[in-house]
Amino acid sequence: MLGMKTKTCDVVVVGAGPAGLSAAEAAKSAGAGNVLIVERDAAAGGILRQCIHPGFGLKVFGEELTGPEYAERYIERAAAAGAELLTGTTALELRDRELVCASPSGIVNLRFGALVLAMGCRERTRANLVIPGARPSGIYTAGTAQKLINLFGDKVGREVVILGSGDIGMIMARRLTLEGAHVKAVVELLPFLAGLARNKAQCLDDFGIPLLLSHTVVDIDGVDRLTSVTIAPVDEKRRPIPGKEEKIACDTLLLSVGLIPENELSRTGGIALSPVTRGPVVNQFKQTSNPAVFACGNVLHVNDLVDHVSVESAEAGRNAALYAAGALPSAPAFPTVAGPGVRYVCPQSVVADGGEDVTLFFRTTLPGRRTEFLCTSGGKVLATRKSPRTSPGTMEQLVIPKDAVAALDGPVEVRCEHGEVLA
Amino acid sequence: MVKTDVLIIGAGAVGVAIAREFSKFRGRVLVCDRNDDVGGDASKSCSGLTSTSATMPVGTLECKIRTIAHTMVDVLCRDLDIPIIHCGSIAPVLTDDQMEQVPKLLDKAWQNGVWDYEFMPREEILEMEPTLNPAIRGGIYSPRDSQINQFLMVVAEAENAAENGVEFLLDCEVTGIETRDGRVRRVITTKGEIEATWVVNAAGLHCDDIAKMVGECDFAVHPRKGEFYVLGHDTPVKVKHIISSVPTPKTRGVLVIPTTDDNVLVGPTADDVEDKTDRKTTRAGLEEVRTKALEMVPGLCFADTITQFVGARPARVPEGYHILVSEKARGYVGISGIRSTGLTASLALGKYVVHEMRGAGLALERKVGWVRTRRGIVKFAGKSDAEKDALIARDPLYGKIVCRCEQVTEAEIVQAIRRPVGARTLDAVKRRVRAGMGRCQSGFCGPQVLAILSRELGIPESDVRKRGVAAFMLDHPTDNN
Ligand SMILES: Cc1cc2nc3c(=O)[nH]c(=O)nc-3n(C[C@H](O)[C@H](O)[C@H](O)COP(=O)(O)OP(=O)(O)OC[C@H]3O[C@@H](n4cnc5c(N)ncnc54)[C@H](O)[C@@H]3O)c2cc1C
Ligand SMILES: Cc1cc2nc3c(=O)[nH]c(=O)nc-3n(C[C@H](O)[C@H](O)[C@H](O)COP(=O)(O)OP(=O)(O)OC[C@H]3O[C@@H](n4cnc5c(N)ncnc54)[C@H](O)[C@@H]3O)c2cc1C
Repeated sequence: MLGMKTKTCDVVVVGAGPAGLSAAEAAKSAGAGNVLIVERDAAAGGILRQCIHPGFGLKVFGEELTGPEYAERYIERAAAAGAELLTGTTALELRDRELVCASPSGIVNLRFGALVLAMGCRERTRANLVIPGARPSGIYTAGTAQKLINLFGDKVGREVVILGSGDIGMIMARRLTLEGAHVKAVVELLPFLAGLARNKAQCLDDFGIPLLLSHTVVDIDGVDRLTSVTIAPVDEKRRPIPGKEEKIACDTLLLSVGLIPENELSRTGGIALSPVTRGPVVNQFKQTSNPAVFACGNVLHVNDLVDHVSVESAEAGRNAALYAAGALPSAPAFPTVAGPGVRYVCPQSVVADGGEDVTLFFRTTLPGRRTEFLCTSGGKVLATRKSPRTSPGTMEQLVIPKDAVAALDGPVEVRCEHGEVLA
Repeated sequence: MVKTDVLIIGAGAVGVAIAREFSKFRGRVLVCDRNDDVGGDASKSCSGLTSTSATMPVGTLECKIRTIAHTMVDVLCRDLDIPIIHCGSIAPVLTDDQMEQVPKLLDKAWQNGVWDYEFMPREEILEMEPTLNPAIRGGIYSPRDSQINQFLMVVAEAENAAENGVEFLLDCEVTGIETRDGRVRRVITTKGEIEATWVVNAAGLHCDDIAKMVGECDFAVHPRKGEFYVLGHDTPVKVKHIISSVPTPKTRGVLVIPTTDDNVLVGPTADDVEDKTDRKTTRAGLEEVRTKALEMVPGLCFADTITQFVGARPARVPEGYHILVSEKARGYVGISGIRSTGLTASLALGKYVVHEMRGAGLALERKVGWVRTRRGIVKFAGKSDAEKDALIARDPLYGKIVCRCEQVTEAEIVQAIRRPVGARTLDAVKRRVRAGMGRCQSGFCGPQVLAILSRELGIPESDVRKRGVAAFMLDHPTDNN
């Protein structure tokens, strides 16, 4: 019997979505010898392959690209930098300094100097929400419907209701309308939009698709295919108000109710995960609880814009290369704390190394106007920013200058003060 | 016209067990079912317990059949490679009322020959099952209660029956039975007429409808709905035993069950309804399951729910197991009342029904070369690196992971479709190899499984079904709403 294959790399990257591609390019550019990306799909690009709408790249390239165009640029950049790509290969298990992968040519064990996790995320399902009712066909998560339509050329349905005002749901409302389907309503439990305001304007308003805030689906009918959903308004505790139900005939229900970082692989390697982001706990180097393992993109925390993913992932890739070369600085680390009005802060800790400015990413708990963000440590203000309008759907950032980073001697808190709360 | 010696209506646990028993003998045996797959209705959505008869009504036919069946389960699992876990069950005693019930329950179990059904003090029970509510006063331990994979059980029996010559007609609903001169003659189905010497009604919830077709219906059947939650593998609090409520005369109550696939199954409710097609979960039902389960196992984490579903027990009025070998319509055998214990009982029912039919004049001749065993599809998940490598070397499709949540490969999916009585829908694939059973509920692999089904079955993607006759995955040209 042939022995199993093993291979040694300076940096291994799991996932060839925008995060993995950007990390691999940066690792290579930072001097890593051999950099290998493993990707389960037959092609690189990740979720972007199915996002054929424009709206990508405004921040990074200063122009509006479609998802596949954006991905193509990074695929070329990673290849030009000399990163190797192994498609059709799934990472199965992470062991301390070894990654076990499967492909049709067998099992291969990859030994790495540093590893970058970039597996992306998955969609929340009906079960996560406990929507009672029947279980007919015709119920899809929005991303699955997007894949079927855009990658497989399939048609999913005709009379559509969308639950959740996440970005993918709104984009699919437009896509389905353009495909000739009738999108009857987008139903959102919260009293405010979950996704970006620009998507509401471009995908719902422009097509006259009604958005029903503070409503939810309370029942589902259909023995074979879906025949109707029942919706109802909810009270301030998000409980459906009895007697106000309305039945909507439809054959398709799309769920756009949130994304969850996909961390099965991280779990096999015992990587510490945050209960809030559900991604690995990292410092500003995107370094996880296993110092040789880094994480970036949607596997770390769910991003709104792919441009942020590319930038953040380049840092992860570069730091992984430094770590593999034994050159990543080490210094005492201090936790970051989500203060009033803030749902989470990523990274979860800051290493007091003054080599560079540190960007903190965070999301607010409520939408608001005339908002001030504050980053403080031990009474000292490290960074502030004002924003005319904010929403939990938008990823916010604050930058701590490098001198302040070097001088850190305690936890860092991020706080959000709204001039006016819009909930 | 198709002619057969025996036609069995219903490919649930009961119909398939009878078919497998018949497959030992010469003669043509057909099984028809209105579903797209074997596995039944109640059978595929039940709790999956194979328990002793401790709590059965003493002296009934149900108790007798169930007692015998329980002793047959392990041999079946060994011969047909069916996953089962011998976890035992614990009924935690929480209240004074329950404490008062204990002696009666022990007495009944003793009368039913279940002598290892024991009450144990609090400390001992908590040591065995630390997830239980620390406020318990003790618990009843029943060491021989097990959990079987109910999908694979029926699929395995059907595959084995098919290998031994039984034919399966799926998507085939019986709509009428013609009798002449006091005998059944032909059976009308949505796939044509079948001339049958013997017709066995194992139609579960619909057995009264079939019984009416031959004028042998002095009972009614209605659904008794049971709602369930399934929690994911990595939920933090998992039970080691089947946790059951202290039984009341009416029901076994809510259970917390470790499954053969390392999930936690929580349920069911027991609600009588009218509509035989009703499989809807309800807010109230799910809440009831949650509350009752948390009383017993307070740490259960319902945020880790991966799905909820409903099973419908065929509740007979008047109740009780009934096996009728008809005098009025000779050749007709009606099985009814196989309610909440039938998965286990089915094994003995197969024997019992064939025995009764022989008593009524059916001559059977043992066939030569009957195959007793069957092996399951080899799983990729859970194997060592070297074993995985060997599997891929044998079939490179083992190196293509399709379902990431459950680590199911294309090789397994293709086998599920190509085997005898193979899967033809997404749900049928899911039940055989678990693609789509995990946390993302087929969000990632659904489109791929759809494409594999389309390729293997040689049909367009728009004709691929989730299940049933008309539950198409995609928009379908024949839909007209
Ligand atoms: C449906 C959808 C629509 C979106 N629309 C927009 C938009 O309009 N505008 C915008 O700016 N942003 C949008 N985004 C956000 C943006 O696309 C994501 O932020 C970005 O794709 C995240 O990149 P990623 O590399 O982290 O993840 P992904 O793109 O998901 O890539 C992860 C990759 O890892 C691979 N992988 C996972 N596990 C393994 C494993 N074990 N072994 C090998 N490979 C593995 C996957 O196959 C995949 O290719 C959208 C996101 C989604 C989910
Ligand atoms: C919530 C719940 C929990 C349970 N828990 C347990 C347990 O833990 N242990 C246990 O042993 N048992 C349990 N049971 C009981 C067990 O599931 C049933 O007793 C058993 O599955 C009955 O099997 P069956 O083959 O008679 O019925 P089914 O599995 O319902 O099969 C009947 C078949 O007949 C077919 N059919 C009906 N009408 C027609 C027609 N006109 N033409 C063609 N085909 C037709 C149907 O499509 C179906 O496939 C439970 C049941 C439920 C619902």
